[in-house]
Amino acid sequence: MGSREDILRAIREASPPPAPLPDLNGRRGQKSGDLAAQFTLSVEEVGGRCVRTDEASLPEELRALAQSLEAKIIGSIVPQLPGIDLSAHVIPHTLAGVDLAVLPGELAVAENGAVWITEAGLKHRALFVLAQHLALVVPVSRLVNDMHEAYEKVRLPRPGYGCFVSGPSKTADIEQSLVIGAHGARSCTVFLVE
Amino acid sequence: MNEHAQKATVFLRDEARSAWHDNAVWWVRQKRDRAQHSVPEWEELRSLAQRIKAHALSRLADYLEEFERNARALGAHVHWARNADEHNRIVHGILRDHGVQRLVKSKSMLTEECHLNPYLIERGIEVVDTDLGERIVQLLREPPSHIVMPAIHLKKEDIGELFHVQLGTPKGVSDPKALTEAARHHLRSKFLAAQAGLTGVNFAIAETGGLVVCTNEGNADLGVALPPLHIACMGVEKIVPRQQDLGVFLRLLARSATGQSITTYSAHFHGPRPGGELHIVIVDHGRSKLLARSEFRRSLSCIRCGACLNTCPVYRRSGGHSYGVTVPGPIGSVLAPSIDAEKHAALPFASSLCGSCTDVCPVRIDLHHQLLAWRGEIAAQGLLPPDKSIGARVGRIVLSHTWLYRMAGSLARFALRVLPRGILYSRLNAWGLSRELPVPPAKSFRAQWRARGKP
Repeated sequence: MGSREDILRAIREASPPPAPLPDLNGRRGQKSGDLAAQFTLSVEEVGGRCVRTDEASLPEELRALAQSLEAKIIGSIVPQLPGIDLSAHVIPHTLAGVDLAVLPGELAVAENGAVWITEAGLKHRALFVLAQHLALVVPVSRLVNDMHEAYEKVRLPRPGYGCFVSGPSKTADIEQSLVIGAHGARSCTVFLVE
Repeated sequence: MNEHAQKATVFLRDEARSAWHDNAVWWVRQKRDRAQHSVPEWEELRSLAQRIKAHALSRLADYLEEFERNARALGAHVHWARNADEHNRIVHGILRDHGVQRLVKSKSMLTEECHLNPYLIERGIEVVDTDLGERIVQLLREPPSHIVMPAIHLKKEDIGELFHVQLGTPKGVSDPKALTEAARHHLRSKFLAAQAGLTGVNFAIAETGGLVVCTNEGNADLGVALPPLHIACMGVEKIVPRQQDLGVFLRLLARSATGQSITTYSAHFHGPRPGGELHIVIVDHGRSKLLARSEFRRSLSCIRCGACLNTCPVYRRSGGHSYGVTVPGPIGSVLAPSIDAEKHAALPFASSLCGSCTDVCPVRIDLHHQLLAWRGEIAAQGLLPPDKSIGARVGRIVLSHTWLYRMAGSLARFALRVLPRGILYSRLNAWGLSRELPVPPAKSFRAQWRARGKP
């Protein structure tokens, strides 16, 4: 435990004078008039696609997406589009062949197109980055204005994993040209459900 | 000529290429500006970020203890390392204990700073950097030249040739899309074969014991979702007190870095995966020393967005490798001398002190003031090279005696007129190496002023 004590002592001895912690309660960024419209715009800006739909049409919309992507192997925990038996996979590695992952989102952030997903109900969290394509299903009632509101409302799974996902996987590491589909999903479709 | 200037000279020899680098980096700065202007409360966010960091630093030991307690309660193992060497030994120990031979890494400037890769490779472990830019420089056996865009100094043709040789892509293919696709396949096999994943840490939340890791590619998420062992390495300064502080930082980080409203993946890890292990290594490596120095401690607030690099006229025109340190640019030139002032004595001079770095910093670090303060510190420690120390001494004498200053003025006007080029543009005149000296005026300003009948 020597290093721990040494480091903490050195930091205590070096501590600057007290500085107050700002109050962030109730803080909001600039308000969007129409959250759903702003969210749709933001998703498009980050290279994704947003589909506005309702409960009744959702199964059809999801099937249409799977068809347009020619997705044969679907890994889904959204009942409206059943896929392969995920519980049969003992290790995540065998999910490498999944074409389309379908996950529920708990929150959708209008300012940046991010959707909060967790591993709840998901045996292997690798699914959503391993799959070639990603579909996220969020009720329109779960839209928030910005990241301040998102962190106010989100319940971080403890222990557990959660992620704000904004659009498909991307990189601009070669000459700053944007390429969609780095390691994770090559496309990201968000279904905003009335 | 100092080391930075020497390397910058080499970089600038290829004029077309250095101009291209300048433009490529400036383009990112412009994207940042557009993102900033889309957020009307931007300046308020910066102030909040600055104050949250200042508070966190003022109670850093308490918050680290709180973080450790909460992380342990979630099932994570927490390790402490005083320096780079101890950090490397701890990471290697964890890997050895788990029989790991193949490690995938997402971006971590801390492990670059500690030179972890060579340490592990020497001990027989395969280390694969999975961020595309980092993989490119790793295959080239080069360090990153930028903290956010590690391969910004390379052209697509360079990378095409590299991939042709190393990954077997067809010769002459340099389309970024095709090259990225090749890297995706190459790295997928590495992800699937890895026995452990290592990530950096963007933010560590004291009140929850959780870690936030931001990437665009998804390589951090993938790298730790497949193998059962996750090692996360963080500097002590990565602490934020509360979950809601992330709202401020995540709104600033990607906008400042690349002009995106948020990174594609902002992963929140609380404890290990079911059936897996999470090891968090908390590293000091000079940070507590820096914290003790009131004039420099604000540099510990840095969130590594890279905005100060992108705006810096010296960085853009000299390239990241000219700095010879892991973190180049204005922030690196402030951080490096705190680790080794003698070795990095030239870096605080790699600045025009224009202040643009301070203007774009999302946490309001007073970078150009710190660069100036370091110059004073380096002079006080006697680390200035003779041309600078003699020049400064002469300057001080001349500027503190009016008669001497006047005499020097007329002497200079005379000398500039009569001395031959060979003497005026000798090696002692660093200014004249690539510039023309001004045409001397016939009379001094003072004389002209008096001639106009002014007092």
